[in-house]
Amino acid sequence: MTAAAIAAAVGSRRRSAREVIAATLAGIERRDKTLNAFTAIVADRARARAAAIDAEIAGGAAAGPLAGVPFAVKNLIDIAGLPTLAGAKINRDHPPAAADAMLVTRLEKAGAVLVGALNMGEYAYDFTGENSHDGPSRNPHDLTRMTGGSSGGSGGAVGGGLVPIALGSDTNGSIRVPASFCGTFGLKPTYGRLSRAGSFPFVASLDHLGPLARSTRDLALAYDAMQGHDPLDPVCAQRPAEPATPLLDRGAGGLRIVRAGGYFRDGATAEALSALDRIAVALDARREVEIPEAARARSAAYVITAAEGAALHLDRLRERPGDFDPEVRDRLIAGALIPGIAVARAQKFRRWYRDAVLRLFDEVDAILAPATPFVAPPIGQKSFVLNGKEVPLRPNIGIYTQPISFIGLPVVAVPVPEAAGGLPIGVQIIAAPWREDIALRISHHVETAGVARAPWPPEPGE
Amino acid sequence: MSDQDIDAFIDSGTRLLGIPVHDEWRGAIRLHLVISLDHARNVAEFPLPDEADPAPVFTA
Repeated sequence: MTAAAIAAAVGSRRRSAREVIAATLAGIERRDKTLNAFTAIVADRARARAAAIDAEIAGGAAAGPLAGVPFAVKNLIDIAGLPTLAGAKINRDHPPAAADAMLVTRLEKAGAVLVGALNMGEYAYDFTGENSHDGPSRNPHDLTRMTGGSSGGSGGAVGGGLVPIALGSDTNGSIRVPASFCGTFGLKPTYGRLSRAGSFPFVASLDHLGPLARSTRDLALAYDAMQGHDPLDPVCAQRPAEPATPLLDRGAGGLRIVRAGGYFRDGATAEALSALDRIAVALDARREVEIPEAARARSAAYVITAAEGAALHLDRLRERPGDFDPEVRDRLIAGALIPGIAVARAQKFRRWYRDAVLRLFDEVDAILAPATPFVAPPIGQKSFVLNGKEVPLRPNIGIYTQPISFIGLPVVAVPVPEAAGGLPIGVQIIAAPWREDIALRISHHVETAGVARAPWPPEPGE
Repeated sequence: MSDQDIDAFIDSGTRLLGIPVHDEWRGAIRLHLVISLDHARNVAEFPLPDEADPAPVFTA
């Protein structure tokens, strides 16, 4: 069931929140042994919350827009009473979080029910969903393949149908990549739109939080419930909530939608370009634009990420290097050695690039681009061929997502099912800053047209 | 730069920063450092005016 359907059933007392949560917990128990999406399940808390929601509704209280909807969060998001792992062995020594993260509080205020914490790549520095401490999260459509990362458990849990909504974080693509590989919708909002208070950081100037879901409406419902200024996150914008759900049915008519060419075509496989074509045809988006200097933007994002990430973890690299996931540690040590001038130049370039890309939005409302260059690779794959050259896989899965989050543009990743070998792949719908509503309307349009859809995986063992 | 030059930079840089490095980590660190420096070079080659402000703006 979608979140919207669950909330309608619980709100009208056709189904109790307790029944919903019992079924969700049973599904996780049955299926997560193979998916490995969860690192913690808060069953008692979820049952108590569900019972409280049922009692409130029975007592005549208005049901929230997410009444009884189960959700789970990437384990870098605080859950009161649990240490916030951020995928790391080292963080297991941290004291339990004293309170929930702001976004958890806001979703629960809307009636949603937290059921657990989700697997992720260590310190969010991966695009694979692999983790040497917790094991890899596994793609629900093919258990031998990656979920993508770093919000790997979020992609696996939603793509696998364990929960209708999950939260992830996206610094360079970590919501959009697992959404693409696992066949879910994913929203990376505008930088500064949603509070990051109570989440473990990676790259402060690039970090975003956002939802993954199995429909546009569910994505919008979760997004709307989480909006609003939060003084606890200094980046969170002083903007009122701008609900997108009521606007979904306006459709995509009248919107100027184009495809990204050049850099965003280079290196993409036939399946990525075919998925892009299917979405573009459904929207009658024939024109192509060149996002200026996208390759250099990706380079600048790469440099800032490596250096800021290393700065964040320097003490841990000094004191406990052996406790890191080796794949993460070696990249962070390299990042610590990047000259400061490179970071300063990258931040200057970032301003130039932002201004250049924003000029594009004078003439267009949305830009379509692939989310990933290919469908989910096998777990353990270390390299791939990009433009005729063999390159390491882990740092390069996000080649199409990185130039977009670099300047904080809102993006909805929409899933195109059965792109290759039965596997889905995502397409990015990119809008101007603060226009999540436009990206969500377009997403809803292509979903209604039947082109974008979150495919249901087979039950494990089938 | 040669691998030896990069390794010398890794050795002195990590010593300066107080990061212990095992020999078996060096190949991966070198790989990632070379990739990062290539990206840094790509950015540095783009001409920007002296007056260009960096992206993050501190607000007092």
